[in-house]
Parts: sequence; structure tokens; C-alpha cells
Amino acid sequence: MRKLFLLLFFAGLFAFNISAQQRPTAFINARIIPISGPVIEQGILLVRDGKIVAVGDARTVRLAADVVVIDAAGKVIMPGLVDTHSHIGDGSGADASGPIQPDVRLMDGLNVRSSSLQRAQSGGLTTVNVMPGSGHLDSGQTLYIKLRDSAVKVDDLFILDKAGKYMGGIKFANGTNSLRAGGGAFPGTRAKSAALVRDQLIKAQEYRDKVKKAGNDASKLPPRDLAMEALVEVLDQKRMVHFHTHRHDDIMTALRLQKEFGFRLVLQHVSEAWKVADEIARAKVPASIIFIDSPGGKLETMDIDFKNGAALEKAGALTGFHTDDGITDSRWFLRSAGLAVRAGMSREKALYAVTMANAIMLDLQDRVGSLEPGKDADFILLSGDPLSVYTQVLETWVEGKKVFDRSDPKDYLLQVGGVGATNDRVQHLDCFDGDLGGWN
Amino acid sequence: MYTLELKRASQMFLLLLAFVAAAVIPANAQIAVKANEIWTMAGNPIINGVVLIKDGKIEAVGPAASVRIPTGYRVINAQIVTPGLIDAHTVVGLNGYLNQPHDQMALDGGASIQPELRATDAYNAQERLVEWLREFGVTTIHTGHQPSALVSGQTMIAKTWGKNVDEATIVPTAMIAVTLGDSANAGAGKSPGTRAKQVAMLRAELIKAQENAKKSDAPKDLKTVAWASVINRQVPLLVTADRAQDIVTAIRIAREFNIRIVLDSAAEGHMVVNEIKSSGFPVIVHATMARAGGQTENLSMENAYILRAAGIPVALQSGYEGYVPKTRVVLFEAAMAAANRRLLPREAMAMITIDAARILGIDKRVGSLEKGKDADLAMYDGDPFEWTSHCIGTIINGRVVSEVIR
Repeated sequence: MRKLFLLLFFAGLFAFNISAQQRPTAFINARIIPISGPVIEQGILLVRDGKIVAVGDARTVRLAADVVVIDAAGKVIMPGLVDTHSHIGDGSGADASGPIQPDVRLMDGLNVRSSSLQRAQSGGLTTVNVMPGSGHLDSGQTLYIKLRDSAVKVDDLFILDKAGKYMGGIKFANGTNSLRAGGGAFPGTRAKSAALVRDQLIKAQEYRDKVKKAGNDASKLPPRDLAMEALVEVLDQKRMVHFHTHRHDDIMTALRLQKEFGFRLVLQHVSEAWKVADEIARAKVPASIIFIDSPGGKLETMDIDFKNGAALEKAGALTGFHTDDGITDSRWFLRSAGLAVRAGMSREKALYAVTMANAIMLDLQDRVGSLEPGKDADFILLSGDPLSVYTQVLETWVEGKKVFDRSDPKDYLLQVGGVGATNDRVQHLDCFDGDLGGWN
Repeated sequence: MYTLELKRASQMFLLLLAFVAAAVIPANAQIAVKANEIWTMAGNPIINGVVLIKDGKIEAVGPAASVRIPTGYRVINAQIVTPGLIDAHTVVGLNGYLNQPHDQMALDGGASIQPELRATDAYNAQERLVEWLREFGVTTIHTGHQPSALVSGQTMIAKTWGKNVDEATIVPTAMIAVTLGDSANAGAGKSPGTRAKQVAMLRAELIKAQENAKKSDAPKDLKTVAWASVINRQVPLLVTADRAQDIVTAIRIAREFNIRIVLDSAAEGHMVVNEIKSSGFPVIVHATMARAGGQTENLSMENAYILRAAGIPVALQSGYEGYVPKTRVVLFEAAMAAANRRLLPREAMAMITIDAARILGIDKRVGSLEKGKDADLAMYDGDPFEWTSHCIGTIINGRVVSEVIR
């Protein structure tokens, strides 16, 4: 009897979910910032089955009878925010055994129930590159995730490529974080740091040549090496290198290595970008920068400056922002755009830098980062101008599902803090999506 | 023809004179600041007002219609003017921005109880972070020894201007920094190692001080003198306590020994509002954007709002930061406190101006724009709290100390 009841209960939920998904939903009368085009003052966003169907002027669109209409007058709608560099989810990467560990995958250490993922939702983030740390020259493979609700396993957050494989990059670092005074396997100088990376990439070239040479003859294949396989993906431009780098000379070293080995590169942090903005632009390498409340905290960020955004924009480099959460809190990611504009960046480029620019850096430009038909229905509802301190993220939607709602006291707690706000999530049923996971 | 040339020449001369005059007028000349809004923090904002500054003090504040600007005053225009901001608790100046051992002077790890350490002996007035805060309109800081030892040392109050500590200091010994909770433990094998031990050690010091107070021949060593200043209510303890239980402990100790305390950080303050309220002690609340975790796992962006609404005196702080950012900026922390729309912008501003001044006991000098007070002003080109506004200038003691656009 109990079983039957449960079954009926689930069936009911399931049916509700399906109907909710299949009926298109229109958000009307909002000020829409599509990023891909001009602002629409009285706009409409039509979504269905997790995708954006249409974006346009609310006054010129006639809706079919079956459309669920949500009046968002007075609110602002923009794409879900994309973060190129974060440490939410209590993830881990390489250990202390060596400075270069390309075989280590952040995926294997992510806690999908970490409250940090939900707090990020409350800041309007929908897509995140979760990275291992910077205490290594290469601390392992990063993971691109969607901040879907109620994940029970890391797979539930994956973004899959066309071949069905989860997407991610690889984390490199130079500068002081990976230096160890004691010697050993870790570098003691900047030149040694570059030499160690160079060595490994040359090894990977040789590994790749051996594999190529072996052809179909399995007996001639080198012993399988997961670290080498990851670096071969780097050499083959199949895996993006996210390169933690701060000082102007370290930035140039990253660009030099990129030129030498031809990998695809995103500069991360780039604290002294304003000193070498033209060089970055000329190399056609994108830069993802961070906004820190004061200079210093470590030697290589002595000259970090809010003007990095403006300088990179002026130089013509593709510029994105990131949280590096917990260095800055995901809940205030939009503040980065405000501070960038404060220091001279254009509004348009600053908003581009928390959305589309980052989508491009994660090879997700066809799926997220702007409000365009066919893209994932990842968007946020704001109470006002995204650059204003007084603006709140009211709702966050991922693939057509609401994952954050400020009017829900549980979600409000996550956004604002208070007793229990940082407790990891207990699996709950109201977001049942076919997998009971740890609940039973 | 001749007269025309003469006229031209005299014009040129006047122009030259004006140019020379401008170049030689010292930065602390008489100044008139005109603004669309003056947030005096003593009554309602003045729309279209003027602040007159003479000899380092505020000479007059009022509507432009009623305050005449005397000739010879340098006129500065701003959208909004506020009192110079007060950071009610920081470690800037003792801890530097490099974050290397040689510029981190806010904590001596040698002992758990060192009330005799003077902040003035470690304050670097030319530290980059002091300049940084000044450029955002922060004119007064309460700085000193950092949390994370049971009694780490003294704090001081300084203006963010001056070549050296003597020029900067306005209160050499403001408070003595005490920490309760996990972070006050001294490490494996050392005392204190538990909360109860922390309090037992504090109690022992305070009992000794009580007994010394009765003696005519009490020892004159620095420690004894420091504790005497606490027990005779001259110097308050600044008690950093985040857990509700530690906040309540601080209040209990203060009552037991009839000493003055200022509660600091108080991440769980919103859980013990009545206890704090009935104690009468003020709270310098953690930065609004402080990280939640460990002892601060329950902190709330609304903490300051909740405590203030209960009638508790509240100030905001930038706090202690061990890494990046090496300091926060109270302008931003107050902005974020106002952002949630439960505090009015003016209430948030009070927590970094007049209310902070009152808690620090310096409100007769600073914290509001009133005749006779120090001429400390922050000037903005828009709402001070908006991320996209700028602090366009800072005045300390009647001197323009920053004209950087931040």
C-alpha cells in the first residue's frame, strides 16, 4: 500500500514536470539585455523545453493560447552569468607529490551538495568553470558545470560536448604560488617553473608521436599514461589551458609558452594586465580578470587595478571576469562589472565580460552567454540595473528550470546568510528528476 | 591702440598672478566645498549646500543660499559630500599590503597575553593600504593588533594622513584586543587550548588587576599598567567573538569585573540580540562581505541591520584579512549593507561615520559635518554607495589629501 502511494506520488510529480516543461513560458514586459544585441525596453523572452525560443519586443509578439505568461514588468532579464574560474563545490586537484599533475581531475572531488553551489545560483551564476588550485604548475583538469538543482552526482552537473563527453580545461599556473623554497620536485624560481612545463609538453609531443607511429599496431603503443593523454589534448588544442598568472613578466611567459606549443589559452587573473594589454591583444589571447578590493595580499598582486578591464577593452582583447570563489563571493559577481565600469570600462563590455566573453573562453558560445533562440534557457531576473549596488538577483533559471527564487525563504537564506546558510544541502524531493540517489 | 595693449598686458599680468597664486596656495588653505547634497550625519542632508573650511576645522555648513563663500577660498565642487569615513576596526598600518613577514606586525606569536604591546610602535603611516583607504574617503581608522591571540595587544586611532605615526595618531591607546573562540587557542600543547581555559586565563589577569588596584605599591611593569587601565574603566577591551556563546561570555566577563568592552565581529550577534541589547555594549560588526565559514558560518549580510534595529549601537569595519584582499574598504561594506534595502543608505553611512565615532569615543572631533569639528570630508560624483560612482577627493584636517578619482 505504501509503495503504491509512493508510486502514485512520483507519477504525479513526474507528470507535473513534463507538462510544465512542454508548455512554453513567456516572460513579458521586462527590460531585456540579450548581450547579443541592443537592450529591449519592453521585451519578451519565450522559453520551452529548456531552450530559448524567442527574444523580442513584447508589444509586437502575439502569444499562442497555451503559453504560460509571467509578467516581469519593472524587472531586468539578462543571460545567466558565466564564471571562468571558481573553486565552489569543495573541489580538489593535485596533491603535494609533484608540481605537474595533468592526470588529476577535479571532477573526482567535487561535492555536488556543497552549499557553495547554491550560493552561486543566488548570485545569478548558471555556468561555471570549477578549477583545482594554483599551488602547482599544473594542478589538473578543470570541469565546466551547469548549476542545475538537486544534483546527486557530479554527472548531473556536466556539460557534454557533441561526442557526449563532459567538458573541461586544464589549470596551469606560474608566478609565486607554485614556488617552493625547499627545492625538491617543485620549482624554486620562475625560470625553473617554465622549464618544467616545457619539459612536460615536449614529453607529451614525443608521446603523441609514438602513438601516431604505432598506428593500428597495439604492440608498439607506449604504456598508457593519463597525464600524457591530457597534455596531448592540450597540444592538439582540444583542451583549453586556463593559466593562472599575475605579474606582467609571468603573463608574457604564459604567452611565450602558448606560442611555442600552440595550445589554446585563457589568461586567468592577469593582475597586471594594464601593463601588457597591447601584448595580450596582439597575441589574440583572451583574458579573464578579477576585481579585488585592495592591492597586494601577495607580492604578485601589488599592482592589481580596477582599470584592467578598461585597459584590455581599449587594447581590443577579449575580456572576461571571474570570481575565483572563495577569493571573491559568487553572490556578488555582478559587482565586478560595476567596478570595471567605475574604472572606465564600457557598460556593454562589462556585461559582456560576465556572460558572452566567458562563454567563448569555455567554448560554450553556441549554448550560453546570451539570450538568443536555440540557446539554453539560462537567464536571471534582476530587480534593476545589473550594475547598481541596490539591484538584487530575484530569480535564476538554468535550462528552463528555476533554481533560485529570492522570495523563497530557503533561497533568501542562501543569498543573504544566517543560521544554516552554509550547511551543505540535504537532498530533497521537490526537485525529483528521476534519480533518488542518496535519498533512499 | 596703446590703451588696448595696456589692457591686454594687465590682463596677462592678472592671469599670471592668478596662475602663480594657484600654484602657491597651500593644500590646507581655506576651502569651500559646494555639493548638490551634503550628508552631514547630523540631521537631514542639505540640498545644494556649502561646507566652509578654515584652519583645519569646519567653519560653517549650510544651504548655499545662506552660507556666503568668502573671497580667497578655494572652491571644490562635488555631487555628494559626506563626513570623512571611519573604519571602526582594521589592522591596516600594522599589517602591510605585501603580506610578507616583514610587513605583518599585528600579531606577535610569542605569548597569548600581551596587553602591553602598543599599536603606535608598529604603525606605518606611509603604508600603501593607508593611502588606498584615504583615496576612497576613509579619513579615520581604528587599527592595531589583530584578532587570533587571546590578548594580542593595543589598538589606536589615526587619521589616514601624516608622514609618521605622531602626525597621524589621535588616540594612542584606544582599546586592548581580546579574542574568544577557536581562533584564540594558542596551538598544540600551549595554553589556552579550550574556551574555558581562555576565560580562566582572562579572569586570572583581571583578578590580579583588581587586587593591584587596591594596593598603593602595585608593580609598574607594562603589563600591570595595561591591565590597570582596563580595570579602572579607562580603556575598553575590544572583544572579537563570533559564536553566540563567545559573545555571551564576553558580556559575562565584562559584568563580573565591571569593565568596558566593545563587541567585535559578532557573526552570530543576530542570534543573541536581546543579550547584547541588555548589556548596553556596542558592536563593531564584521564586514558585510566577510566570508562565511567556521566560526562565522552563520554570518548574515543583515547582521548590522538586525542589531541596529534593536537599538544597539553599531559600526561597520573592514576587519582583519590574512590574504586577498589584504584590506576591505568600509565604503563598499556599508554599500553592501545598504544594498539589501533594509537599511537606508543614510543609516549605512552612519555606521561608517557618526555611529563609529561615538563607539570609538571621538565624536566630538569627527564623524559628522558640524561647525567646529575636524574638517574631514569625502567627496563623490554620485551616490557614494553605487559601484559606478567615484570618490573624487578627500580632505583631512582641512587639507586636500587626495584628488585621485577612485
